[in-house]
Amino acid sequence: MATSAVIEEKSSAEIWGGGNAPMNASYGKLMMWFFLVSDAFTFSGLLIAYGYVRFRNLAYDPALHGETFTPSTEYWPIPEAIFDSAPIIGSGWPLVFVGIMTFILIMSSVTMVLAVEAGHRMDRYAVQKWMLWTVLGGITFLGCQAWEWSHFISGSHKEGWGVDLGGGNFFHGANLVMNEYGPPAFADFFFFITGFHGTHVLSGVLLNIIVFYNVATGLYQRRGHYEMVEKVGLYWHFVDLVWVFVFTFFYLL
Amino acid sequence: MSSHDKFVDPPVVPVDKEKIKKIWKTAGILGFITAIEFAIAFSPASHGFKAFTFVALTIVKAFFIVAEFMHLGHEKKALVYAVLLPLMFLVWGIIAFLQEANTIFEATKSLWGYYQ
Repeated sequence: MATSAVIEEKSSAEIWGGGNAPMNASYGKLMMWFFLVSDAFTFSGLLIAYGYVRFRNLAYDPALHGETFTPSTEYWPIPEAIFDSAPIIGSGWPLVFVGIMTFILIMSSVTMVLAVEAGHRMDRYAVQKWMLWTVLGGITFLGCQAWEWSHFISGSHKEGWGVDLGGGNFFHGANLVMNEYGPPAFADFFFFITGFHGTHVLSGVLLNIIVFYNVATGLYQRRGHYEMVEKVGLYWHFVDLVWVFVFTFFYLL
Repeated sequence: MSSHDKFVDPPVVPVDKEKIKKIWKTAGILGFITAIEFAIAFSPASHGFKAFTFVALTIVKAFFIVAEFMHLGHEKKALVYAVLLPLMFLVWGIIAFLQEANTIFEATKSLWGYYQ
């Protein structure tokens, strides 16, 4: 009894003396996790606000508004009718382009895991290779999003689409005040949600480039570990995770 | 001519094939679930069924990304709970806001002229 008490006292003193990691993760990794928790709340706030505004608006109903979907500022559109275009193949391909974007982001998440795995093995050239693929995946995704935005803003010019401004004038595309797809809030949420996610992708790509540079110059090799790759990897996977939710709640539902 | 020149690369640990296989298996699951979501999106199923399936499959995908890619499934329990428990507040947020939005819709829907 007495001995065990002594042992406990000693181990507790060791724990509270500092210098060890109770969650078995370094300070930097823990702080990245808590930052991601706070960021998850920000994105949840945006998506819940989207749900709120969508629920309090009139929904498109084939029985009331006609079997073929024609957008109107009166009711909330069905996303698959809006997002049906891709470069080269044109319109009539609902959700195909977002599907490709999802695939690109998941693949760049995979190459990031492979970079982290190579870092654990101190395999500098493998880390370098996989980090480069991750950066390329991120840049490709941003390029796709740029196309998606420019297409959304300039409009599809489909038969019967466009906001009637009177006097034979029609407004096509979207801005923050007006859009041809649905209530003004629809385009506002499109810009804010995909834009906020895109900003995260952009900063993720910049962080990945910095880490890639440090790997290439051998900084982490001299440091003796590749933990920085893990930390940036956490952020990058989070960006992928958010896209999974945006894909479901903005494009699928 | 500093310590840089004297630095010797530590030996590279050989690849564990099982680990790499597991990473690609997780990636395959994520791709497969996304493919199922696409198939359901263009199936004639009811909107309620679709919505439920999409949300359920999204949570499955989120689980694989967080547990495997972000490695949270292999961390200490204290870290897992420190990350996941605060997110419980979102359950309240989703229910409260959607409920309120629905109430506002019901109270104002006559303004659109489609309903009495």
